[in-house]
Amino acid sequence: MSYLAKPKFQHPALEANALGFTHRDYEGAISTLCAGCGHDSISAAIIRACYELSLPPHRIAKLSGIGCSSKTPTYMLGQSHGFNSVHGRMPSVLTGANLANRELIYLGVSGDGDTASIGLGQFAHAMRRGVDMVYIVENNGVYGLTKGQFSATSDKGSKSKKGVDNPDSPIDLVALALQLGATFVARGFSGDKAQLVPLIKAAFEHRGAAFIDVISPCVAFNNHEGSTKSFDYVREHNIALNSLDFITGRAPIEVDYAEGESEVVAMHDGSAIRFHKLASDHDWRDKSAALAVLEKHGIEGEIVTGLIYLNDEAVDLHERLKTTSRPLNVLAESELCPGSKALEAINASLR
Amino acid sequence: MKATDISQADYFHKVVDCQWACPAHTPVPEYIRLISAGDYVGAYMINWKSNVFPGILGRTCDRPCEPACRRGRVEEQPVAICRLKRVAADYKGDISAFLPKPPTTRNGKRIACVGAGPASLTVARDLAPLGYDIVIFDADHRAGGMMRSQIPKFRLPDAVIDEEVGYVLDGGAAFIAGRRIDSLKALLGEGYDAIFIGSGAPRGRDLQLPGRKEAAANIHIGIDWLASVSFGHVSAIGRRVIVLGGGNTAMDCCRSSVRLGGVDVKVIVRSGFAEMKASSWEKEDAIHEGIPILNYHVPKAFIHENGKLTGMTFEKVAATQDDSGRRILSPTGEPDVHIACDDVLIAVGQENSFPWIEADSGVAFDRAGLPKLDALTFQSSLPSVFFGGDSAFGPKNIITAVAHGHEAAISIDAFCQGTSPSVRLPPMTNLVSQKMGIHEWSYDNDIALDRRFKVPHNGSPLALKNIHAEVELGFDPVLAVSEAQRCLNCDVQTVFSEPACIECDACVDICPLDCISFVPNAPEDELRLTLSAPATNLSQAIYVSEPVKTGRIMAKDEDLCLHCGLCAERCPTGAWDMQKFTLEMAQAGQACRSRA
Repeated sequence: MSYLAKPKFQHPALEANALGFTHRDYEGAISTLCAGCGHDSISAAIIRACYELSLPPHRIAKLSGIGCSSKTPTYMLGQSHGFNSVHGRMPSVLTGANLANRELIYLGVSGDGDTASIGLGQFAHAMRRGVDMVYIVENNGVYGLTKGQFSATSDKGSKSKKGVDNPDSPIDLVALALQLGATFVARGFSGDKAQLVPLIKAAFEHRGAAFIDVISPCVAFNNHEGSTKSFDYVREHNIALNSLDFITGRAPIEVDYAEGESEVVAMHDGSAIRFHKLASDHDWRDKSAALAVLEKHGIEGEIVTGLIYLNDEAVDLHERLKTTSRPLNVLAESELCPGSKALEAINASLR
Repeated sequence: MKATDISQADYFHKVVDCQWACPAHTPVPEYIRLISAGDYVGAYMINWKSNVFPGILGRTCDRPCEPACRRGRVEEQPVAICRLKRVAADYKGDISAFLPKPPTTRNGKRIACVGAGPASLTVARDLAPLGYDIVIFDADHRAGGMMRSQIPKFRLPDAVIDEEVGYVLDGGAAFIAGRRIDSLKALLGEGYDAIFIGSGAPRGRDLQLPGRKEAAANIHIGIDWLASVSFGHVSAIGRRVIVLGGGNTAMDCCRSSVRLGGVDVKVIVRSGFAEMKASSWEKEDAIHEGIPILNYHVPKAFIHENGKLTGMTFEKVAATQDDSGRRILSPTGEPDVHIACDDVLIAVGQENSFPWIEADSGVAFDRAGLPKLDALTFQSSLPSVFFGGDSAFGPKNIITAVAHGHEAAISIDAFCQGTSPSVRLPPMTNLVSQKMGIHEWSYDNDIALDRRFKVPHNGSPLALKNIHAEVELGFDPVLAVSEAQRCLNCDVQTVFSEPACIECDACVDICPLDCISFVPNAPEDELRLTLSAPATNLSQAIYVSEPVKTGRIMAKDEDLCLHCGLCAERCPTGAWDMQKFTLEMAQAGQACRSRA
């Protein structure tokens, strides 16, 4: 952490996005996390993604629970709406907010404790309902705020800082999200922004529940030899399935790739993702194949990253429930209370 | 790119832009920090050691440091370095205890200095404490040279010159006032071990136009006229005055004229306003005093009636390009302009002049009339004769003369001790961590967002009428601290150590100016474009590390770094550290002779 605010001076050559903002305009308060925390890198990646997508800061709602990870929304998007919920309750608060105002862009930030332990049930239902949100878990496999106990995502056999092996089986949030019906499932690494930023951008453009598990080394309690969530371990065991270019209509990215190695997928708003296959011929449309890839590499102690599954024809909670197309706060009295004739018509239809 | 070798003194010296740009390489950020701390004596002594005349330079320096200042690239205006130097001089109080005493034993070597300007005085200051017998000759009755004769008192009061020239002469040098050296051969005959010539560029350039001879009574050479004003021989000028020329001398001439009775004073220059040689702040001061500057007017003739000057005619020109793309001035074809006046001051440049150095003295000159010198040692073709200041390489400024003086003193010392003047000692450098605690540094790393503070002026109308009333009042201590806080502490360097880096990106994310990148290595021109923010200022280095674990390199663009230390505060492993770089130029007598 630092005591000083980040100086306001910025590089004069910084490019402004379509809204006239630089990436500095998407920053928040100075982080109070430990120096070198992976979570700060994820915040920077979110800032970068929002800037590059030219998201209007005042149309973003960032929600979180409790924990190191859940503090991070304070350190980004200082001009956006924010809500720190009760521990593990971010998904239900976000679901409620989304139902009330479907026009905001929802970002849920959580950690491995907040999501895989106390909030596991909440997480499950947000995924299966298809709440239109970006759900980011900043996953360090350890309870950092309480000095380094294993969390539910710690791998079996991973060593604590004191040298004790973890005896319990881990929860793989990516596999869980797939089984629960998330329609965009990815895993990233805080130490690789080149991969992470396009994943976050694609997740923002996805309509439905978009889940990203981001491995985020805890420099204070889980970055030692024997840990499976340290910078060194993740770098050595990272199996990147693919890399993405995020293509917006405004600035098409022209990159030449050999035939058959890349594929362009249109997103619902006119933007597109270009996939480059890297580690295997993984088919990101095939959910059972995705689970198999996770299982196969998991046995080897490898960490699968990249976009693991995408259903590009997903429908979200609002479509499923056929809710009104406008946010509740803009509905006038005449619409909320359409009068006795309308009531009679409804009653008649039920007789 | 190859990894940067930070053990080379020049690498971090260049990062301290102000110190690098200063001819005398004064450690600017260090003295600015001392001013913030209220240690005016410390700040003054750092200056005094390096540039000998802090009070004089704090009012009159050409400030090569300020255009170089990093702050001027981060926001609009550089730190007011020059005027902060004056603060140290204004508030220091008694410093006599810190000055060298005249030596108790002499080494038997006698050195003559010709001219008592900044170059000679610097030689005297450096050499007298070492035991040399120094004799300084000057035609004027008081020492100071052009600092006293050409700079008007409303910019530089005599008391300031007296004080700082006094410090030099109190160090043991003898000053022979009122003796003009008319013959180098005669001086050589007096048996000095070495002679230093710091006689300046004493001849003002003239303009031979029709009417020059006839109207001579009211046409004056700028620097001669300023000297006459300075010594009280001239105390009035006509109501309407034309000043020809666009340099700092012209600015001094026009502002002096206003104070000596000039009512309608104009500066007229051949070229454009932007091309004028005068420093921007001196132009501003003249304009602020209501003096118009007319550009693109080429003087054609002095108009007179029976020898009484009545005005001047000018041809109007415009800036165009010739066939080879060079900028030239060509007539617009408009009728010539007549401007009425009572007096003309010609300030169109200065020349070197050595009528007193005989052709067969052994000192050789080049075609431009300048002495042939060794650029490093300032030694002439006659080994015992050294040059410095304006007389060495033509007219420059005080701080350059001081820098010459230091170098010439080293040469003279070596020459007199029988060693080779071309063997030079490197500067003394040091690099020390500033870490005091987890987020504590021994310098104030919070970045002040203030814009440059204006120096208070004496705004009274009476001040404009009094040639002795100093216009600038200087910063008061409160303003001085505020201005000093604008300094970015560029001498506190960001030092990177590859083995400790775990590539967590914390430094990249926190850097407010996007200076730091971890990228695959590439040739410099390619690398500069792949960084977090493009590094387009080619005069500023890229700090490149050896490869880190993933094979990438750390590349830091030095250009806009605020030296805020946030990279080091955010670094979990101490791979980044803030380390203060100190560089002191070698001065005469630093070598330990007993060991040589």
